[in-house]
Amino acid sequence: MNGVTAGRSSHPPPEAGAPNGAPLLALRDITKRFPGVLANDRVTLEVRAGEVHALLGENGAGKTTLVNVLYGLYQPDAGEIVVDGRRVRIRSPRDAIACGIGMVPQHFLLVRRHTVAENIALGLPQEGLLRPARRVERRIVEFATRYGLTADPGARIWELSPSEHQRVEILKALIRGARILVLDEPTSVLAPQEVSGLFDVLRRMKGDGHAVIFITHKLDEVGAIADRVTVLRRGRVVATVPAADVDRRALVQMMVGRDVESTLPRARAAAAGEALAAEALEADNDRGAPALRGLTLAVRRGEIVGLAGIAGNGQRELVEVLTGLRRAVRGRVRVLGRDVTNRTAAAICDAGVAHIPEDRVHMGVVATMTVAENLVLRRYRHPPFARGPLLDYDAIMRFAREMIAAYEIATPAATTPVRLLSGGNIQRLILARELAARPGVIIAAHPTSGLDVSATEHIHRLLLRRREEGAGVLLVSEDLDEVLALADRVAVIFRGRIADVLPVGDATPERIGLLMTGQAA
Amino acid sequence: MEEGNWILATVIRAVALGTPILWGTLGEITAERSGVINLGVEGMMILGALAAFVVAHLTGQPTAGLVVAAAVGGAAALLHAFISITLRANQYVSGLALTMFGLGLAGLLGRGWEGRPLLDTLPEISALTYAGLGVAVALWVVFYHTRWGIVLRSVGEMPAAADALGVNVALVRYLAVAFGGVMAGAAGAFLSLAYRPAWTEGMTAGMGWIVIAIAIFAAWDPLRAVAGALLFGALFHLSFRLQAWVAPELLKMMPFAFTILALAATAGGRRGLGAPEALGTPYVTGER
Repeated sequence: MNGVTAGRSSHPPPEAGAPNGAPLLALRDITKRFPGVLANDRVTLEVRAGEVHALLGENGAGKTTLVNVLYGLYQPDAGEIVVDGRRVRIRSPRDAIACGIGMVPQHFLLVRRHTVAENIALGLPQEGLLRPARRVERRIVEFATRYGLTADPGARIWELSPSEHQRVEILKALIRGARILVLDEPTSVLAPQEVSGLFDVLRRMKGDGHAVIFITHKLDEVGAIADRVTVLRRGRVVATVPAADVDRRALVQMMVGRDVESTLPRARAAAAGEALAAEALEADNDRGAPALRGLTLAVRRGEIVGLAGIAGNGQRELVEVLTGLRRAVRGRVRVLGRDVTNRTAAAICDAGVAHIPEDRVHMGVVATMTVAENLVLRRYRHPPFARGPLLDYDAIMRFAREMIAAYEIATPAATTPVRLLSGGNIQRLILARELAARPGVIIAAHPTSGLDVSATEHIHRLLLRRREEGAGVLLVSEDLDEVLALADRVAVIFRGRIADVLPVGDATPERIGLLMTGQAA
Repeated sequence: MEEGNWILATVIRAVALGTPILWGTLGEITAERSGVINLGVEGMMILGALAAFVVAHLTGQPTAGLVVAAAVGGAAALLHAFISITLRANQYVSGLALTMFGLGLAGLLGRGWEGRPLLDTLPEISALTYAGLGVAVALWVVFYHTRWGIVLRSVGEMPAAADALGVNVALVRYLAVAFGGVMAGAAGAFLSLAYRPAWTEGMTAGMGWIVIAIAIFAAWDPLRAVAGALLFGALFHLSFRLQAWVAPELLKMMPFAFTILALAATAGGRRGLGAPEALGTPYVTGER
């Protein structure tokens, strides 16, 4: 197979970095097409031993596709992969591992009920047939001390925090002999303090001659850890440059293709009156263990309260209790002055709560139904959409066309099934539906996760506009930058309680980080 | 009749009936540990029972009957494996279909064999019973103390994790399901060669369903399956013993009523029981 396309050189883009011998890994002219999308368009990437190479780009720029090609999860349509000067074909993760490529995926692939040792021993044939977990423990300890990755081999995965899960994934790759480690958005699950811990680990790996590919869309991290950075946009390499040579602004321009207004227009808050209140809430998680332990939080009208915290500290359970999807064992929930504790989701919705759920595809829409039908899911029971037991499709279509225009939902027609829409457009649809009725309370869980810059901007503006119109917004987000950009006050959740609520002016990442990890009083 | 004899006889019969239940359960537990539920146990058992009887009758070799029955059970399971693993069809529907298919096919093919005597039979308490216990212990060791066990359980819990480490998820599942079929076929052979050495249509009498219930009841643990098999063997037997006093229809219901009770008592959702997390879910590379 010849990956070199006519009229285009197969040489890597020019770069200014100090040459450091032959690259350990080279991807040359990788092209990967999906129906209707050119996810990778002749992408060339070279990574040297002993470097951290950042792969920067917006969501949908093709970063994940590229590393999935590298890890054998996708087969490229064209292009070649060279490891250590040898051309290789990577048909499966097994081939990738054999080439010394390890991957730390964004969503960890760990068996929750098994121990750390069992997860690492999985598929390690050289450990022998009997008692593999016991045998692998020794190596876990050895690697853990070498790279500063503390992990208890006997602990069960479900008992561990996301940052510990990440360490297990890294150990898994290293013990398997990975010399090239790919980390896909590794900091998204970490608190600020934990990020520096991860960077220490990466530096030690670098010192050992490993190559690290670090996927991110956070600019600060590029400067903090990367030696070189390759920017992808719409499936193509924009440039590969030494990280020290570029500033934030240049990177943004490469990523987005234009300058982006990074400050959002924001009127001073005029918060008044209670919109949403949770008092001493207690609730269990899916496994029946306590998830909320006496959580108290209030959101006033005309303000955005950002809920920051590391995933798994009760955010999801709180949102579910507030929206009627989970029973509160104890405590009260008030919406606009009315007690709605443990009322049904429909009753809470009618009380004026809009819910922008975390899992937009499964919880936010019915993917097989049309855009128009999804737009009236909240209100189809009421006039003008319902006439007695029947639906008035004329009214529904009129409303749908109005919403599609107002919220800039890119869809071929109002009758298109929602599953054919992109993530950003599904989220716009959900916002249109939830905000059209002018709810007094908005509960938004990770509203921009996985969305590109322009969709994110749009959604931020919508939330800010509703705030100015007097709605109380609870914004749950793992993206601290988002919380700091939008919120008037920042509440930090830790182990099912609010550790503290700070006015946004006092909320520095360091302070929030300490609260997130339970280190501040 | 003396009291002591009655009890001893009951225990012996319980162990005897517990044997096929145990074999079937160990097979089903293995398949479910890999993430594939097979509701076709009843069908695989009845096919095994018929195959064993026919082969034993023709050759005069009950052991040959047992081997062929195991092979037939394994082949029937491969059909379920192909439909549910390769074609990714709904595992529950495919398994139900296998049960219906097995019962129907065995009834059809077995027409001429009904009422014939079998001269060379297997003893009720025999190597098969002890082998069942041996298999239970062996499976326990394999599940919890070998690399294969980690692979099997991981595939049943989170196939994507195993796949990412180069484990062939489909192969593991095929092997586990085929093993389940072999065990179910052998269990059927026990019924027609040892327990009631004859062929009768529908002779498995719902035992395959009890096997599926015990797999849950035993929380997918091979050693607990031994206790469950003995308990249900006793119940099955009692339903015959008590016929003089209680309406036989009621007694025939007993094992199933207990099945429902046992499931209700151990329920609390799949999570509470520790069912393999991916049980019943076809695996597609790249989807989580």
